[in-house]
Amino acid sequence: MSARNIVLATVLVMTGTLPARAASEADFKAAYAAAEAAEKQADQLRNKWITTETELATAKKAAAAGDFDAAIAAAREAEALANASIYQATSEKTRWKDMEIR
Amino acid sequence: MVKAFSLASILALALLAPALADDKPDPAADQKAFQEFFVKKFPKVKYDDFVNGPYSMDEGLHKQWEEKEQFPPYEFAVETGKEMFSTPFKNGKTYADCFPNKGIGIRQNYPTFDEKEGKVITLELALNRCREANGEAPYNYLKDEMASLTAYMAFTSRDKKMDIKIPSDPRALEAYENGKRYFYTRRGQLNFSCATCHVQSPGERIRSEVLAPALGIMNAMPIYRSEWSGMGTTSRRLATCNSQTRAVPLEPQSDEYRDVEYFLSYVANGLPISGPGARP
Amino acid sequence: MASTIRVRATNNGDTTEVQALIQHPMDSGFIKDAKGELIPAHFIQQLTFEYNGKTVFLADWGPAVSKDPYVKFAFKGGAKGDELKISWVDNKGATDSTTAKIA
Repeated sequence: MSARNIVLATVLVMTGTLPARAASEADFKAAYAAAEAAEKQADQLRNKWITTETELATAKKAAAAGDFDAAIAAAREAEALANASIYQATSEKTRWKDMEIR
Repeated sequence: MVKAFSLASILALALLAPALADDKPDPAADQKAFQEFFVKKFPKVKYDDFVNGPYSMDEGLHKQWEEKEQFPPYEFAVETGKEMFSTPFKNGKTYADCFPNKGIGIRQNYPTFDEKEGKVITLELALNRCREANGEAPYNYLKDEMASLTAYMAFTSRDKKMDIKIPSDPRALEAYENGKRYFYTRRGQLNFSCATCHVQSPGERIRSEVLAPALGIMNAMPIYRSEWSGMGTTSRRLATCNSQTRAVPLEPQSDEYRDVEYFLSYVANGLPISGPGARP
Repeated sequence: MASTIRVRATNNGDTTEVQALIQHPMDSGFIKDAKGELIPAHFIQQLTFEYNGKTVFLADWGPAVSKDPYVKFAFKGGAKGDELKISWVDNKGATDSTTAKIA
C-alpha cells in the first residue's frame, strides 16, 4: 500500500465518522480504547509508527484540556494509522520479496 | 476443453515455480547476486570503494572525504577506545580475556552465530556481555563508550576483509533469512524498506543527503556523523533509519537488528573493513 | 590530561601548511538537552597560531562553529624543525595550548 494510499484511506475514515452532537468523555474513552487496542496489535507485529504514537499523545492532551471533539478526532486518526501499520506488516510478509535482489 | 486444461496447468506451474525456488535458503547465491547487482549498477566504482558509502557515489564528496581522512573526526573516539580497551575491570580482567586474539584485529568476524545460544552475536552485544560477565554495568548501545570501543576494535581490523560465517545450523540460516526479510520489508508511515534507499536509490539524494549503496554498508561502522556531531554505533544507525521512515525503533540489539546486521555483513564478505568511518 | 589540540604542520619550501583538530563541545547555547533545558553556551572565542613570536593565524570564533572544529590554512615562511604554537581561549575562560614541530 503506497504512502499516498494510506494517507487517502486515513482522510476518508476521518471525514465519515465525526459525531453530530458535542462529544462526551465517555465517547473519547471509547475512541481512545479502540485506538490503543489497534496500536497494541501493531506492537505485537513489531511495526508501530511514530505518527500513531504522536496522535495518541495529542488525543490524550486534548482530552485532559476538556476538548473532547479534538480528542476524539485525534483518537480516530490514531486508530486509522495503527490499522494502516497493521496492514503494512501483514502485507509485507509476502510483499518484501518484490524488492529482493535475486 | 483441452485449451482450458493447458492454461490451468500452465498457471499452476507458474504459481508453483517461484514457491519452489524460495524454499531453500542459499546465502552464497544471495551474496553473489547482491554483489553483482551493485558492481553492475556502478561499473565505474572500484570494488573496494563500495565500503565508503556516499563517497563512492559522488566524486566531489569523495575528494572532500579524502581530505578529511587526513585528520578524521573519529580520531578522538579511537584513542578513547584504545584507553578503555586496555583498562582492567574492577576484578582485574580485561576485554582481551573475552575475545579471540585478545580482541585485536577480529572485528571482521562479527556478527557471529553462537550455536550454543542459537542466536546472532554482534560485536556490541559481545562487548556488553563481556562487561556483565566481569561484574561491570553494560554500556548504552547507541553512542559514547560503546562507540569508542567499537571504533578502536574496527580500527585494528582496517583493510581486513569482512569474513562472516553462517554455520550449517538451521537456526543460523533462519537468522540470516530473518535479517534478509527485515532488510527488504517496508516499514514506517513513509513505507520505505532499507532497500528502497540503499538498493533502489544509491547515489541519488534524499533531501540533501547522497544515499549509500547497501553493499558494504556495515564495513565503516561505527561512524562519526556530522549530523550527530559525534560517534554512533550500528545500533544507533539502525534505530535512526527506523525513525526516519517514521517507524518506532525497536530495542537496541533486538533479534531483528542483530539479524539484519548479520545479513548485511555476510553479503559484503570480501570487502575491506573501513571503520571507523566519517559520514555527513 | 592530553591536549585538546591535534596539529600537523608541513613545510613545502616557501609555505607551511597547517591542519589542526581541536576537541571542544562548541555548544552554541541554543540547543536543548533531553530534559528540554538549554545547554549553556560553551565555545572557543579565540584561536591563535604563532610562529617565531608572530601570529600567523588568528580566529575569532562564535557559536556558529561546530563541535570538534577542524582548521586548515597555509602561511608564508616556516622551516622544518621549527616550532609552531597553538592556543585557544573559550567563553568560560578555559584555555589550552600546545606546540608542534613543523615537518
